[in-house]
Amino acid sequence: MNFVINILSLGIPFSVALLIASLGEMFNQRAGIFNLGCEGMMAMGAFLGMLVPYSIGQGAYVPGIYNYLGLLLAAGVGALLGIFFALVVVTFRAPQGIAGIGMQMFGVGTAGTLFRHFIGGTQSIPGISVAPIPGLSQIPILGPLFFNHNPMVYVAFFMVPLGWFVLFKTPWGLRVRAVGTQPRAADSIGIQVNRVRYQALALGGALAGLAGAYLSLCQAKMFSDEIIAGRGFIAVALVYFGHWHPVKIMGGALLFTLAQALQLAIQGLGIDFPYEFLVMLPYVLVIIVLAISKKTALMGPTALGKPFNREMRT
Amino acid sequence: MTKRFKTGYRIGVIILAIITAMLLGAVILWAIGADVLKTYLVILTEPLKNKIGVTEVLLRVVPLTIIALGITVAYRSGIINIGAEGQMAIGILATTAIALAFPNLPRGVLIPFAILAGAVGGAIWGFIPGALKAKLQVSELLSTVMLNYIAAQLYTFFLRGPMLDPAELTMGSGTPQSMRLSRNLDLTRFIKGTRIHSGIFIAIGLAVLIFFLLWKTSYGFKMRAAGASERAARYGGINVPKYLIIAMMISGAFAGMAGAVEIAGVHRRAIEGVTSGYGFSGIVVALFGGLHPAGIVPAAFFFGLLIYGADMTQRLVGVPANMVQVLQGVIILVIVATKMILANPYLMQRVESRWHEIFSRKNRAQEADA
Amino acid sequence: MPQSAKDIESLRIEHITKRFPGVLACDDISLEINRGEVLALVGENGAGKTTLMNILMGLYHPDEGHMYINGTEVHFRSPNDAFEYGIGMVHQQYMLVPNMTVVENIALGYKQAWKGWKLDLRLVRERIEEIAQQYGLSVDPDAYIWQLSVGEQQRVELVKTLCLGAKFLILDEPTSALTPQETDDLIALLKTMAQELSIIFISHKLQEVKDLSSKVAILRHGKVVFQGITDDHSSSDIAALMTGHEVNLPHNDAPACTLGPMLQLRNLKVRSDRGHHALDDLSLYICKGEIVGLAGVSGNGQRELAEVINGLRKVESGQILFDGKDITNHNPAQVIASGMGYIPEERNTEGIVPSFSMKENFILKDAESETFSNHAFLKKKVIDKKAEELRTEFDIRSPNTDVIAGSLSGGNIQKVILAREISRSPKFLVAVYPTRGLDMGAAEFIHKQLLQLRNSGVGILLISEELEEITNLSDQVAVIFKGKIQKVLPSSEASRRRLGILMAGVHDDEEI
Repeated sequence: MNFVINILSLGIPFSVALLIASLGEMFNQRAGIFNLGCEGMMAMGAFLGMLVPYSIGQGAYVPGIYNYLGLLLAAGVGALLGIFFALVVVTFRAPQGIAGIGMQMFGVGTAGTLFRHFIGGTQSIPGISVAPIPGLSQIPILGPLFFNHNPMVYVAFFMVPLGWFVLFKTPWGLRVRAVGTQPRAADSIGIQVNRVRYQALALGGALAGLAGAYLSLCQAKMFSDEIIAGRGFIAVALVYFGHWHPVKIMGGALLFTLAQALQLAIQGLGIDFPYEFLVMLPYVLVIIVLAISKKTALMGPTALGKPFNREMRT
Repeated sequence: MTKRFKTGYRIGVIILAIITAMLLGAVILWAIGADVLKTYLVILTEPLKNKIGVTEVLLRVVPLTIIALGITVAYRSGIINIGAEGQMAIGILATTAIALAFPNLPRGVLIPFAILAGAVGGAIWGFIPGALKAKLQVSELLSTVMLNYIAAQLYTFFLRGPMLDPAELTMGSGTPQSMRLSRNLDLTRFIKGTRIHSGIFIAIGLAVLIFFLLWKTSYGFKMRAAGASERAARYGGINVPKYLIIAMMISGAFAGMAGAVEIAGVHRRAIEGVTSGYGFSGIVVALFGGLHPAGIVPAAFFFGLLIYGADMTQRLVGVPANMVQVLQGVIILVIVATKMILANPYLMQRVESRWHEIFSRKNRAQEADA
Repeated sequence: MPQSAKDIESLRIEHITKRFPGVLACDDISLEINRGEVLALVGENGAGKTTLMNILMGLYHPDEGHMYINGTEVHFRSPNDAFEYGIGMVHQQYMLVPNMTVVENIALGYKQAWKGWKLDLRLVRERIEEIAQQYGLSVDPDAYIWQLSVGEQQRVELVKTLCLGAKFLILDEPTSALTPQETDDLIALLKTMAQELSIIFISHKLQEVKDLSSKVAILRHGKVVFQGITDDHSSSDIAALMTGHEVNLPHNDAPACTLGPMLQLRNLKVRSDRGHHALDDLSLYICKGEIVGLAGVSGNGQRELAEVINGLRKVESGQILFDGKDITNHNPAQVIASGMGYIPEERNTEGIVPSFSMKENFILKDAESETFSNHAFLKKKVIDKKAEELRTEFDIRSPNTDVIAGSLSGGNIQKVILAREISRSPKFLVAVYPTRGLDMGAAEFIHKQLLQLRNSGVGILLISEELEEITNLSDQVAVIFKGKIQKVLPSSEASRRRLGILMAGVHDDEEI
């Protein structure tokens, strides 16, 4: 039993990057745009997150403020990349799939180039450490499971109800949902469709950057070319079959991380199973879920993927 | 609207893409304190300074061309193949398996057989996302990317396991690679002292083949129609799902063949890192080449130059090789940003007439001055 | 819309012109509406009514012309500007977000409820209540739009426009998708509202025009051909003015159905995309060498009927017999091979591949045939020759056959489609809105071709909204309503009035 709790409590932080990136992508898709460049934005975020503390302390311990500055920088640049992407797919109405791939290459390439120049090699940083919540973390079973993590984990899971609130209870969220489902209706009532989409992409980009920074600052505590490992793409798929709802998305993120945690469990139990097949598991799972999930999105953004053109006669 | 204008517009777009890429790249180069002009000079000219450099560029042209051809077939049929990397890996596994199993077959039999195996392996890996899209409407953008990661794991598994070089097991450093494959598989290196191999003729042959397939046969016609307007194609009696699957299988087969040719011509054994970047570079080459074999071959040369040149920049100007990905990304973004105009005949018409307007106004002004 | 928007005493537009690629939608239009008036904007499909209203709403910009409200000139750059003045529109396709509730849809435009982070839905509900009381319009604020019927959705649109402070209402074909009862309710409602607001409504239904409007303006091919006081003119006057005196349209005089049935539709039940029965036990047959015109208001199953015949939609139950052979649920390629020709509704997206050249579009259905390909290799010379022949024979205006089909004008695109279909020597042709949006010359040409086909023994199902086209060309006229054939009349008995009644769903047992 202890073993299971250990595995799960190790596994929950693994889901944070995917969760944050997916929540960001949720806003993108709710506004009608899918961003395959998420992976590239995460890579930039991962690099920037590490850059600040590393430049100050060269891998040694630095006051926590620099770590959080790193997170902020990652989110800020992520937002800029989101706006850049919006320029291509909203203003120029480029096909979102390929544009996303271009964005991904740009992000990954830039992050790699800058990393090799400024940091290089296999440097690591102390990063942000675990911060158990006093009192709550002593509760048997629930304590280590939920309340013994680094602060960003708490922030990430708080984002789920926060995201729900923003999307469903604020005027901006209302506009986002309208713009992604029936842009003509929004347009006819005076809402600036393209501007809302820019805003959603900026938010999505910021969250993607933040998610990447989490990976370098809190999880791996270093940067490498493979650090994102497809999470950006999985986030896009996750939002899609989480039906664009924060709670289902959280469930999906946990599900995929579970597949990863399984890897730990099997190794921990000493079972001799080919490592590679375990690593494959989350990706296979994505394909299976994509295949079996319902394709009609009654409650979702039905204008997803279509550029908006007021003068286009349908 | 004239065809000549359309071609002119396309070339204009390509030039714009290169310039924008270099400008944005310059920003990053400036950020890392590199000498911008020198860097670009190195990338574009250094490889061409001697025989080895040129052949090394041509070496990369081979897989880039073959993969880009495959991606073109898919793209023109209405399906975007991001999975070339994975398809290439599976193709290599298939080729290696054949070469390990039948090392003593005569060259004339082993080479085609092994390359065919590569094609089949890639075709299977392409069939999966194709069928998923055709039958279950699963986005190929997501499924192909996932299959890339799955293929990468399969590849490592086989290289560390069943296909591991026995020599590695006994006294090696544990590098995941197969043994040196049968010499009967080697594609001839026809220029002494360089690595350029006869695979380049295969690449050119395939380019001609694709040209004929897409523009001179009825199958190609139907595939292009399905990609250009899925609805009109359906109304015209074309079985769109069937052609989607065929297109993905061809696309995968080509990526698989690219892998087979790389192994047979360059590495002569299955090693890690063979596929790195070719899958994505292939997409850029395809777009840059206007999704046409005649454009793809020179585009492949340009990007082969870029990739090999970027390898040299680390040594010569201290710029990491990752820069090439940055440039490729921007090029894709620019080409794709201008695509909407190209795809819309009405907009093209408007752009063309405005262009003529500007030019005739210029002429009239010149006449007035004269 | 600010609730404080000044009342609109007068709205005047002068010399408004609007062009789209290949189409002159509005041609020098001038109109005036004053407070308390109800103007009916009448005209056939493609006459330019919707475009004009979209310009009034700020959705489109006019290429030429001016607009004046209360005497001062105004420029609308976006719908927001129109709102500022209190102009509200209820579109033919409802501008509602299906997966949000009524309150949310109205809140989308009700800026007073946007209080920073909080969305004050309570305020919106109060406003809805206010309007409901004032006009007697009740809606369920918490219903999701997709749950509502078409009539209910329209009511939501009306409430929305009023909640947002409309002083001037534009209604685009308000009764087009309503049942007779809903139509009566709506007309009564509009009469009440007309006491306080000015209304423009677009319609092609003469009864409504007579019942509701105080002024009427008639558009044809983008031009205003008549303006006047409704009560001064009878329905038949207005009908005559709507269609004009078009002398040259060919007339079908020959006797019909002597050669036996070609296409038989038996008890077809077919589901639409939304799930309801678009075709509800529909039966019809068309003979060889006969034109059957299908009259009906758009949205009563015409699209699904055309699709089902051509194998593009599944038949739930029923049978389709083509020249004696059962082709029910055959795929499109099989239906085409059996000898079916099809001129689809959307010429740009269904009839041609817009980015392909003209000659490539000619062989779209036949690329694999022996005529055009030799063991999968396309016979370039044969294709080129045939394309050139067709271009001349059908008088398609273009420099050569290499032009990109999508850049041709609407009439020429339709000719390309027609040329392709006719050159395949079909046994039967399904023609859906074949002259929609086309000028007189192109329409005349197409009508001549259709008659020629008929005379050579081809059966034709002509689906159209233009009653004159149907009555001129058809041997028999069938009226479709809610997925069933109401009645089939010989064209000599199909008067406008009778068709209008049948199209509205009334069984014409009595002469009205």
